[in-house]
Amino acid sequence: MSGKIATRNAYGKALAALGAKYPKLVVLDADLSNATMSKFFAQEYPDRFFNMGIAECNMVGVAAGMAAAGLKPFTNTFAMFAAGRAYEQVRNSVAYPGLNVVCVGTHGGVSVGEDGATHQCIEDLALMRAIPGMTVIHPCDGYETEQAVEALLNFDGPAYLRLSRPNTPIFTDELEGYKFEIGKGVTIRDGADVTLVATGLMVYKAMEAAELLSAEGVSARVLDIHTIKPLDCELICKAAKETGALVTCEEHNIIGGLGGAVAECVSGCCPVPVLRVGVEDQFGRSGKADECLAYFGLTAENIAAKAKAAIAMKK
Amino acid sequence: MNNITNQELALWATRGRLLAVDAVHTAASGHPGGSLSCMDALTTLYFAQMNIDPADPKNPDRDRFVLSKGHCAPALYSVLALRGFFPTEDMKLLRSIKAHYSGHPDMAHVPGVDMSTGSLAQGTSAAVGMALAAKAQGKSYRTYAICGDGELAEGQAWEAFMAAAKYHLDNLCFFVDVNGLQIDGATKDVMPTEPLDAKFAAFNWNVVKCDGHDFAAIRAALAEAEACKGMPTVILLKTVKGKGVSFMENNAGWHGKAPNDEQFAQAKAELEAQIAQLEKEVG
Repeated sequence: MSGKIATRNAYGKALAALGAKYPKLVVLDADLSNATMSKFFAQEYPDRFFNMGIAECNMVGVAAGMAAAGLKPFTNTFAMFAAGRAYEQVRNSVAYPGLNVVCVGTHGGVSVGEDGATHQCIEDLALMRAIPGMTVIHPCDGYETEQAVEALLNFDGPAYLRLSRPNTPIFTDELEGYKFEIGKGVTIRDGADVTLVATGLMVYKAMEAAELLSAEGVSARVLDIHTIKPLDCELICKAAKETGALVTCEEHNIIGGLGGAVAECVSGCCPVPVLRVGVEDQFGRSGKADECLAYFGLTAENIAAKAKAAIAMKK
Repeated sequence: MNNITNQELALWATRGRLLAVDAVHTAASGHPGGSLSCMDALTTLYFAQMNIDPADPKNPDRDRFVLSKGHCAPALYSVLALRGFFPTEDMKLLRSIKAHYSGHPDMAHVPGVDMSTGSLAQGTSAAVGMALAAKAQGKSYRTYAICGDGELAEGQAWEAFMAAAKYHLDNLCFFVDVNGLQIDGATKDVMPTEPLDAKFAAFNWNVVKCDGHDFAAIRAALAEAEACKGMPTVILLKTVKGKGVSFMENNAGWHGKAPNDEQFAQAKAELEAQIAQLEKEVG
């Protein structure tokens, strides 16, 4: 594989491809199947696809009831509505009873682009990971997304899957020894001076930042943290001990998401400087996806600058 | 248990009322008013209507029940205990840190509870999901639910009702416990949800109305629901909040308050007298 694909697109195709293998899989959408890409499943399995209309809270509750009756529902809508509007349904109807529902939030972060702040969810990772027992996954490319979908089909329990709108490079398929396992981070690149801890489409930008740093003689490790919860604290603490400084990279508010989770983790095992690249506690804005990412500093250049600042903070 | 008499149902329901009020008194907190108003419908479901087996509470083909007005857990737990899902002595552990009979129904821990509820209207969607799952899997089980009239101010309930009509869920039957009262007072003053019959009809539901304390009427309504094809049925139960305990009847103040020792003694005496009378009648 090579080229580019949006993780939402890879997801939709994977779901449709796995429909025959997983007969208990049912898919619900809230009038966004052409954007969440659940349409591919709907085309293949119309009897197992339920369009619940523009009513996300009910969609999540219906999925809970279906899970209680033994099915494996995936609910689909934008991250804003999956984690925001239906937050309490996810919390009380899905997570509290421990039901086997995968809540999919596509269009996470500011790379939604033109639709602007109302549709650019930068709080979903924080909201979802704060729920007891919730598993939270945010893949970095199309190949990893496919692996995540099948892993979630074999997973038992409440989960949130965050996906992105724009086309992004596919690269994990070419990583030597790559294996997707829920709760296990992936070392994309080894390094000794600093570790870039990234999730979602920011993993590729962290890889680009590592190249920039390398040109300046700085050795940066890159971790792909596709599972925000349960966090691979072992891998992150090892990186903290071995490189002495961390920079988190996420398309999310710097409060409560990956940056918060990593800081919570290393504060207990190896307190080292942790600098956070993310949206700095402000609402998004309209623009093209790349322009929005650049506007909020979600760039390889900014990651590299933060990495040097983190290294300077080492004792 | 379809051959159970209405008199016998009344006896079980009154025993359930005493158990529920006793539990709320022991816990020193809980919701007696709505528990007492929906007790007759709940008793009818569990003793005369639903295909369930207390020895096999997770049977995939069983009928399902969702108490969407989850604060009436004392009623549900009482009926489940009397039906044999767990010992009636456990009712003393309602809301206690020592056990898992939490203040709102908890499907993960309490045998016989099909859905965790408590946040109002969330149970309506879950019930729709269970009925939809039956259709999707070609199963013949039926799903029942009870919600409150005050609860229907929540928009999610109407989202759920729309979806139930879209999917022609004739395997789904809702009761609305129309007692006309909620925490802050009369439903007509807090937020009028009436006319419920016209609202449900406009949402493409089969609407049946009956006296929520008349067992013959409740059973006839359930039979009507089962006979209706192509659409879900709602049974609007005209009920009395606090039914069976004179000083609690039609008093919003008893929505979420436990009786003190003296009040409980009076409630107990009243309910025991009703039980004694019914036992005599049942023979």
